[in-house]
Amino acid sequence: MTLITFLVSAIKFGMVLLFGSTGETITEKSGHLNLGLPGIMCVGTACGCIAEAIFFDLVGGRRGMENLAFLAVLIPILATLIGGALMGLIFSFLTVTLHANQNVTGLAMTTLGVGISDFLIASVDGYKFTAGAKFFNTSLPFADDLGAFGKLFFSYGIMIYLSIAVAIATSLVLNRTKVGLHLRAVGENPATADAAGINVTKYRYVATCTGSAIAGLGGLMFVMDYLNGNWEYVIDAIGWLCVALVIFTTWKPVFGIFCSIVFGAFYVAAEYIPGISLASKEIFKMLPFLVTIIVLIMISVKNKKENQPPASLGQSYFREER
Amino acid sequence: MSKQASVKKHTEPLIHITKRTNISPLRAILIRAIAVLSSFIIMALLMFLLTKENPITLITSMFQGAFGTSLRTWVLFSDTAILLGIALALTPAFKMKFWNCGGEGQVMVGSLVAAMMMFFVGDSLPFPLLILLTLLLSTAVGGLWGVIPAFFKAKWNANETLFTLMMNYIAIQFVTYFLKLFGNAQGNLDPMLQFAIPKIFNGPYFLNILLILVICAIMYVYLRFSKQGYEISVVGESERTAKYFGINVSRVIIRTMVISGALCGLIGFLLVANGSCSVTTTIAGGRGFTAILVSWLGKFNPIYMILTAFLVVFLQRGTSFTGEIYRLDTSMADIFIGAVLLFIIGCEFFINYKINFRKRDKEGK
Repeated sequence: MTLITFLVSAIKFGMVLLFGSTGETITEKSGHLNLGLPGIMCVGTACGCIAEAIFFDLVGGRRGMENLAFLAVLIPILATLIGGALMGLIFSFLTVTLHANQNVTGLAMTTLGVGISDFLIASVDGYKFTAGAKFFNTSLPFADDLGAFGKLFFSYGIMIYLSIAVAIATSLVLNRTKVGLHLRAVGENPATADAAGINVTKYRYVATCTGSAIAGLGGLMFVMDYLNGNWEYVIDAIGWLCVALVIFTTWKPVFGIFCSIVFGAFYVAAEYIPGISLASKEIFKMLPFLVTIIVLIMISVKNKKENQPPASLGQSYFREER
Repeated sequence: MSKQASVKKHTEPLIHITKRTNISPLRAILIRAIAVLSSFIIMALLMFLLTKENPITLITSMFQGAFGTSLRTWVLFSDTAILLGIALALTPAFKMKFWNCGGEGQVMVGSLVAAMMMFFVGDSLPFPLLILLTLLLSTAVGGLWGVIPAFFKAKWNANETLFTLMMNYIAIQFVTYFLKLFGNAQGNLDPMLQFAIPKIFNGPYFLNILLILVICAIMYVYLRFSKQGYEISVVGESERTAKYFGINVSRVIIRTMVISGALCGLIGFLLVANGSCSVTTTIAGGRGFTAILVSWLGKFNPIYMILTAFLVVFLQRGTSFTGEIYRLDTSMADIFIGAVLLFIIGCEFFINYKINFRKRDKEGK
């Protein structure tokens, strides 16, 4: 049974990361290395929590929420999407329209985002959004009847299934549609894409905003589902973990479902190994990053075309500079 | 008819952006000043809305927080020195277009090694030898932390931004591991103040400032006038050109990152031996990342970087002081710095590019 609890916990944490990595993958496919992801996730999450708190006041507390359980989940999700997209918009305005350096902009966005989210969260009563957590936790009613199988596959809140759905949908869009093809073209070689009549600016804006919006959901899920509605100031660290995860997935969202569970397993493993000392747990937490480095080295050494980062990753595009 | 109309519509776009080749320094400074000023105004307005205090009082209190007492001024300049030091360490790598985002980790391992030296062999070595050995080891380990990503970049072109970022977290975990093993119940390491570098004047500040000004001067000369500095710029401009010149690109990458990491390690050493005499996971306090901004905003020029480092530290100290007085959340400082930085980053556009509006009258053709 410990194994099952371990796996459940790994999957839960992994799916938090999956949101972030799917979002960042979309962004990176357009050639944007968005190092503002941690900050964006923070802001997205804070917006979701604030919306939940406002909703709590509007419907008159816990009892009101019970009647509108559906909205209690939907409203924070929408608010998170908007908050994330707005941050993405600032990022793309600076990097696309103003041709600013992406690394520098991203890092400044992280500083700004962490600040904004701390500020927002400090301005609201925690219990109001904590009240919403149980709607995120609600699992399918028959999960308990199916024993281990049910626990492993059906014992989660809505966000987990959403994250898998988003990853699969992203993968389909990227690989099977014209939009995806264009997006990848923009990320590989914006000049060629531009010559082919693809609106590079539009693709980069939309991809970055979409990616940021989705990434924000990871933070929301972390707070509302994984932590049962308790805010913790570690969302930025999770953001960096997501940036790492993108490399581990070699920029493939569906493969990312598997990778994120592995990552989640590494991260929570120490808690489930009997007789391990408190100190050694910390060494275990190093694993996700070590594995990412190993993957990064492997994809560079092997130099396989399909596993590489988008060729123009991190470079801004100015049409008149060829 | 429709064909003709559509042809006519495609005349000239309303806004046409061209790259500026040269801009007078005065104008460049003016644009930056406007950017900083407008971000100040926005933040002052925001603070005004939150506190209902006169914005002028708020700004005055910022200056008080930064310069109010002589101790505050010392801390301000010492913090500036440390941030500048890390930025100086990163600069050679950036000039080479090697995005060293691992300053945080490189500083942290330097600090970790320094704290470990004090903890394990502090009592058995004479003080001068201890400091010397610690200095050497911190620098060496910092250099090692920097050279690992460089090696893989040079050999197999592994993405250095992501690699160095990951190295930060490995450093953090090593520090946590060490603290869990040897720290007290709260997971902190008690300061080993007996091993601190003796104070000059009223604290550790003077030594930091002096040392980093020296490093700044050396770095300026190194980048500007030495052969190695020249090689760094060539590799940064174009690796191919560097190859035609007969520059061994791999060697330059590795050598530069050893320097970069080692300098970060040195700052880590300063933070411990000339500072807290202990180590925490927040000892670098995000300065490894802020330093990237400092270096970039300073155009990778050590002299300009003094100014940008000062601006950032001034904002940090000033805003957190104002925040405390008016009971604002401490996060105000982060928001303020983030906003100012984004404004400066954004204004670079107006320095590097020129916006041409479509002219009313068609000029001769």
